[in-house]
Amino acid sequence: LGYLPHTSEDVGRMLAALGLDDVEELFGPIPAGLRAPDDLELPRAHAEQEVAAELGRLAGRNRNLDELCCFLGAGVYDHYVPACVWYLAGRGEFATSYTPYQPEMSQGVLQALFEYQTLISELTGLEVSNASLYDGASAVAEAAGMATAATGRSEVLVSGAVAPRVRQLLETYGRGLDIKLGEVGALGGHTDLEQLAGLAGEQTAAVLLAQPNFLGVVEDVAAAARIAHDVGARLLVSFDPLAAGLLEPPGRQGADVVVGEGQALGGHPNFGGPAFGFLACRATDVRRLPGRLVGETVDATGRRGFVLTLQAREQHIRRERATSNICTNQTLNAIAAAVYLGWLGPRGLEELGARCLRLARYAAERLQAVPGVRLAFPAQPFWREFVVRLPADPATVCRRLVDHGLLAGLPLGGLYPGLADGLLVAVTERRSKADIDHLADAMAAVLADLEGSGEPRRGAPDGGEGAR
Amino acid sequence: MSGSGFETVPWAAGSPGPPERLIFERSAPGRRASSLADPDAEGLPQVDPGRVLPAWARRSGPVRLPEVSERDLVRHYTRLAHRNWSVDLGFYPLGSCTMKYNPKVAEVAAGLPGFARLHPAQPDEQTQGALELLGRLEHALCELTGLAAVSFQPAAGAHGELCGLLIIRAWHQARGDPRRRVLIPDAAHGTNPASVRLAGFQTTTVASGPDGLVDLSSLEAALGDDVAALMITNPNTLGLFERNIAQVAELVHGVGGQLYYDGANFNAILGKARPGDMGFDVVHLNLHKTFATPHGGGGPGAGPLVVASHLADFRPAPVVVRDPGGSGGRAGSPPAEPRWRWDADRPRSIGRVHGWNGNFGILVRAFAYLLANGGDGLRHVAEGAVLNANYLLERLQPVYQLGYPTRPVMHEFVLSARRQKQLGARALDVAKGLIDRGFHPPTVYFPLIVEEALMVEPTETESLQTLDAFADAMLELAAQAETDAHRLHQAPTSAPVGRLDEARAARQLVVRWHPPPQPGQAGTDPTDQGPPDKPTS
Repeated sequence: LGYLPHTSEDVGRMLAALGLDDVEELFGPIPAGLRAPDDLELPRAHAEQEVAAELGRLAGRNRNLDELCCFLGAGVYDHYVPACVWYLAGRGEFATSYTPYQPEMSQGVLQALFEYQTLISELTGLEVSNASLYDGASAVAEAAGMATAATGRSEVLVSGAVAPRVRQLLETYGRGLDIKLGEVGALGGHTDLEQLAGLAGEQTAAVLLAQPNFLGVVEDVAAAARIAHDVGARLLVSFDPLAAGLLEPPGRQGADVVVGEGQALGGHPNFGGPAFGFLACRATDVRRLPGRLVGETVDATGRRGFVLTLQAREQHIRRERATSNICTNQTLNAIAAAVYLGWLGPRGLEELGARCLRLARYAAERLQAVPGVRLAFPAQPFWREFVVRLPADPATVCRRLVDHGLLAGLPLGGLYPGLADGLLVAVTERRSKADIDHLADAMAAVLADLEGSGEPRRGAPDGGEGAR
Repeated sequence: MSGSGFETVPWAAGSPGPPERLIFERSAPGRRASSLADPDAEGLPQVDPGRVLPAWARRSGPVRLPEVSERDLVRHYTRLAHRNWSVDLGFYPLGSCTMKYNPKVAEVAAGLPGFARLHPAQPDEQTQGALELLGRLEHALCELTGLAAVSFQPAAGAHGELCGLLIIRAWHQARGDPRRRVLIPDAAHGTNPASVRLAGFQTTTVASGPDGLVDLSSLEAALGDDVAALMITNPNTLGLFERNIAQVAELVHGVGGQLYYDGANFNAILGKARPGDMGFDVVHLNLHKTFATPHGGGGPGAGPLVVASHLADFRPAPVVVRDPGGSGGRAGSPPAEPRWRWDADRPRSIGRVHGWNGNFGILVRAFAYLLANGGDGLRHVAEGAVLNANYLLERLQPVYQLGYPTRPVMHEFVLSARRQKQLGARALDVAKGLIDRGFHPPTVYFPLIVEEALMVEPTETESLQTLDAFADAMLELAAQAETDAHRLHQAPTSAPVGRLDEARAARQLVVRWHPPPQPGQAGTDPTDQGPPDKPTS
């Protein structure tokens, strides 16, 4: 078999050196009663061309974003991935290396991560970034853990406009970390800061919001920071890093920990993973930082080099007193993000932000002009994503629009009690004016058709699933 | 030296070259790589960000990304790549890390648009191929572990540990019998106790016996009706199979505890023995180890969790299910095809540990590896891994002491450099000396119960020639320790940098690049108003 190199002669020599007749003798320590049965239901061995064909067949049974025009976002976005990103990040020297425990042999990965940390620090406006976490959602939980440890308090107030998936994860992690979650309403599309001010108190370890939030609305981070800091709590912000082209990095508006999902930075959607999470904090919190951290140093001759540092925070040294249990993270995706940000450059970042804004504004205008469709939060600022209310069940409308080659967005039924008729629409730079015109025209046609066929005008009532 | 030469890639063969500048130091104002389509060409209406975004939200200063050309980017990262060791380049015998060869067919498969360009919120009818892949992978992982159901959400081994412990916690609570303690052998991976704390439990450490195996009397002494679980690696981190595992399981189950299998060392028993048959209730697998997906310089991995049937309801939601097909369609319509879907209606679920459904792209690679090997091939993988480890140990043990005397080992072994230490060369010096001989060092100073530990895991994909060349290098280093231990303190001399001052890195913490203070210099933005990383409020 291709991946096993030994010839039968090699095996003979090795067994002879061990004084054995059969490899099976090496499995002697496994009691006979614990040997696996011979008849496991596993595939037969496949030749490489058969593997490629079968994986190709399975891939072909999916309808990918090259086939459907994607206005679906909700945390994973269809941005253009430049050719150089995975050409470079996918190189075997990066892809087939381990966590850089031996720094002299791992300067490539270590330097790339040091540069990544700098880039995240710039995008978030905070001094210290770690070397990546699993994803944006688990990064939120790590940040919440940092805040409760730092303050000795247990309550985290979470905006209702933080993604429902993230809130679910926080609830799961919170049970282990003994975090008490409180919810702050977001009925107007943005976090209700008045309610937040009423809820926040000396029991509050942290306040969490998203920028822009799950509903696409730009939040007033500085105002939330003042409320949090007034009661001695930390402000945690889940930030879309590509928004930094237009929006002020939350760290410059008072956020103490900024986390987020890195998929938009050069990552393919990958059916949800791998992407990566990032986490940045103030220098004063560096010893509470979860995960790997790369630092600069020198060798004996004074040459600059990079190493994993402050490892005394980590599980392999501190064990049960570690700041986190994370070991393997998402390094390769972080390196890809660094390549992407190098490709983009400061002007590219700004242009991309402006381009998404311009397309999203146009899409909002065009959709609003469709009879019965209206913006859910017309007075609120948004960047790349927004909610429209439809005069028919959004899930039904989306299903019909697939016949027009469109992924129209995420139906919000079941996620928000007041938005059963809501559709979350994202517009990246990959969409053209013509795509948006097609979406609006097809939406109008589908809605007219549904009305003609006597479908109910409003979305079905909420099942309540996931709604809070 | 026998067998060396073509299998080794010493950096000493050439100069490692000058250090590569930081990407920021390559920056020149006005240079760029990116090109974006021109919106004006499409007649898209103008939008002034200043009018539609409130002033309080708008960016006030520059984001100092590097300004470089595409050629700069390619040269920079190519040069960084040349300063990095990898399995593609040479031998990487890190114990407990299973750095085996990563098949390229799996890389190509994961990059297919049908997988890479799939959005996780697409409706199930658009993702049947992906769901089928997950369903079939789940079945295979259940067969290999002897357990009942899988969660694909955990993105890595430690993530799987946390998920598994939260499931165990929920199970005890559902029985009205909440528990407090988790037992862990002293040889365990550091992630185990760290995960225990995150899951809201306390750790009790169980000592290993003189044979390197869990000491049954220590275990019995530690057990009690407040014990939620025992977490254990088998083979353990000494590379030894826990022969008493059936008794261990009986003891733990006897007090109502659960048995957790840390799958970091599953490569040794793939297709040969199954955790479920040993009595384990929960297993995480490190697919980036056992299933040959590339480790990515520290991730992404995949740490799917496999559980026994009594725990299946507690898995994170959603899970993949298959609705059987059949002839139940309307009259005249063809029989319904079986259909895969995400099932989110899981009232006993612990919730969610990943924003979506785990590292799907890694699962695609693992599935490709499963198909390529097949059931018989996987058994040969385990046999090759164990044969290689025992052969290498046989060559090294005349000179290096085995940490614990028990043999045969399984897929890895732990040597102690205590003899060399007495001569003035520590495990670290041996490790750095290996770098100059063209090998990545083994894991050092782990497990903690072996003094001056050198933990070696050759994996099944290395040839006899490589193993011999590595053994020769290790023996040379031992000989050098006898005659001139001091010189080993200078190693490595042929790597891109010499031995780095890690204490300084921690003391004088520099974790990001800062632009030089002079305005106008390459790499600075002339509009820079000073370090933006000072909080403004």
